Amino acid sequence: MELIVEDLSVARGGMAVLEGVCFRLACGHALVLRGPNGAGKTTLLRTLAGLQPPRGGRISLDREAMVYAAHADGIKAVLTVEENLRFWADLYRVDAVGAALEAFALGPLADRPAGALSAGQKRRLGLARLLVTGRRVWVLDEPTVSLDAEAVGMFARAVRAHLAGGGLAVIATHIELGLEAEVLDVARFRPRRVVTGDEDFL
Amino acid sequence: MKALLVRDLKLAVRAGGGFGLGLAFFLIVVVLVPFAVGPETALLTRIAPGILWIGALLACLLSLDRILALDREDGSLDLIATAPLPLEAAVSVKALAHWLTTGLPLVIAAPVLGVLLNLRGEGYGWLVVSLAIGTPALSVIGTFGAALTVGIKRGGLLLSLLVLPLYVPVLIFGAEVARRGAEGLSVATPLALLGAVTCGTIALLPFASAAVLRVNLR
Amino acid sequence: MASIWEYANPRKFMSVTDRVLPWIAGLSAIALVAGLAWGFFLTPDDYRQGSTVKIIYLHVPAALMAINGWLMMLAASLVWLVRRHHVSALAARAAAPVGAVMTVIALLTGAIWGQPMWGTWWAWDPRLTSFLILFLFYLGYIALWAAIEDGDTAADLTSVLCLVGSVFALLSRYAVNFWNQGLHQGASLSLDKEENVADVFYFPLLLCIAGFVLFFLALVLLRTRTEIRARRMRALMARERMA
Repeated sequence: MELIVEDLSVARGGMAVLEGVCFRLACGHALVLRGPNGAGKTTLLRTLAGLQPPRGGRISLDREAMVYAAHADGIKAVLTVEENLRFWADLYRVDAVGAALEAFALGPLADRPAGALSAGQKRRLGLARLLVTGRRVWVLDEPTVSLDAEAVGMFARAVRAHLAGGGLAVIATHIELGLEAEVLDVARFRPRRVVTGDEDFL
Repeated sequence: MKALLVRDLKLAVRAGGGFGLGLAFFLIVVVLVPFAVGPETALLTRIAPGILWIGALLACLLSLDRILALDREDGSLDLIATAPLPLEAAVSVKALAHWLTTGLPLVIAAPVLGVLLNLRGEGYGWLVVSLAIGTPALSVIGTFGAALTVGIKRGGLLLSLLVLPLYVPVLIFGAEVARRGAEGLSVATPLALLGAVTCGTIALLPFASAAVLRVNLR
Repeated sequence: MASIWEYANPRKFMSVTDRVLPWIAGLSAIALVAGLAWGFFLTPDDYRQGSTVKIIYLHVPAALMAINGWLMMLAASLVWLVRRHHVSALAARAAAPVGAVMTVIALLTGAIWGQPMWGTWWAWDPRLTSFLILFLFYLGYIALWAAIEDGDTAADLTSVLCLVGSVFALLSRYAVNFWNQGLHQGASLSLDKEENVADVFYFPLLLCIAGFVLFFLALVLLRTRTEIRARRMRALMARERMA
């Protein structure tokens, strides 16, 4: 499997934010997206995830192979940690809750209501979700926010294991994960001229 | 699909506000009506089917904005939209969960409240039947409204404005079944029409809901 | 051959309507003045209804435009959903308040007419009730447009609401018919000449209807032009900000 993005242009609120994005990612490789705030990393990832249509260009990616993790973890406070994971595992029909809990050291917290977790613990739970989806392509938006150094290490290990298993990952992040990853600075793709959704009217 | 249904039911039960609020609201509306129109038994008997239908409809309306807004706030909606479940199925399941936690308790509670309003003996059966057939349509239409307004902050009022006109056919046929049932008339025609409206909405509206939800997520 | 879709381009639309609009507005003014004057002063009183019958020259055209306005919005919404022409979405948006006002005119003139005829300002007659429901649909549609900031998102959502709303409006029409057989007279006009109003009333009424159609068209075009200008201004401001 390979992720190929050709001449992709993406828009936020009708306004083009990136143009001519091209990259190619083979099995076992990761791509780290960099760029200042508001450069369009989130928009690019949401477009890859299929949540918004591209303005132009092509993405060769089987939607059935992709899992997306956003800023918000989608954690339900009244469910326990394990129930939260169990829901996603059932939805994706992958039974790997135990392994996922272990990978992010959530085992001792499994029966706690997720609402009682700290911000970092919640984030770990959100990332553990990736392991119960069984998907080959990870599309991750700022996965390390509110993680401490130790938890970042857990996350990096999980990504390395995923890549070693033939997976792919596209990650927007500002910190060094210690991964052997290609780096793409999205600021390169800033549109040369302003294009809005109201172009017809000019 | 089962996973989503089970999760939504668990959330409704644990977070409260699902079963409890709708039912309590239904009770209060029905209790308030005699205060407004007077305690005269004959009058209450006559308007009981209509009052019960209006009460159920308003109670149903009360919890509509929770169907999708909560999932939107904590980010689950984006994740569900990218999950292997088609969005059409997801909104159908959400509507079903809403009906199980709101509509079904109303159907069960309606006969009890019917006693308060001196509903005629013949009316109880048809009241329950009409609500059982009609309230699923209310949930499905409500989910469409919730999908339309999920991107709007504090869209609750707008949601009511959009959904209430859509409730008109269901209310007319449903209340007609209950009324004719209570008066001992034949209910065949309105019952068939109510069933048709419900089947049609359940079959077709999820496509519209999913379409507007996609627009709202981008 | 020039395709009709060319006119969906905002620039083309602006330049064409710029030339056409004064003519439409002028014609509608002439038709309305002539039709109403003819109707009010030059036709006899009805032998049963007396002079109250003359409100027909406002009531019937307004009621027609209330329904046709919604149908126009439905057509424009479909065009937007299928072909994504901005002008079409904006025309639907522009038509909504006009249609809503037509509905109010139909309801008000109906009440004024109904008072002496039926002895009541309002009755839960199927036709009246249907118009009231139509008015609620207009309100919801307008409110949804107003609540959403992004133009294209709003156009998408309101278009779907218009489609779904049309189905439910039709359902409500039949539901209401079923619910209460009414006292409203049958249609005043139909192609079947037998049932029509007498000729003396018929021709001025046709003229008034033509006037209302043109008036509606002029208002919608005018409002669409305003919407286009607003969008154009927004686009220019966005460009300015980014540059």
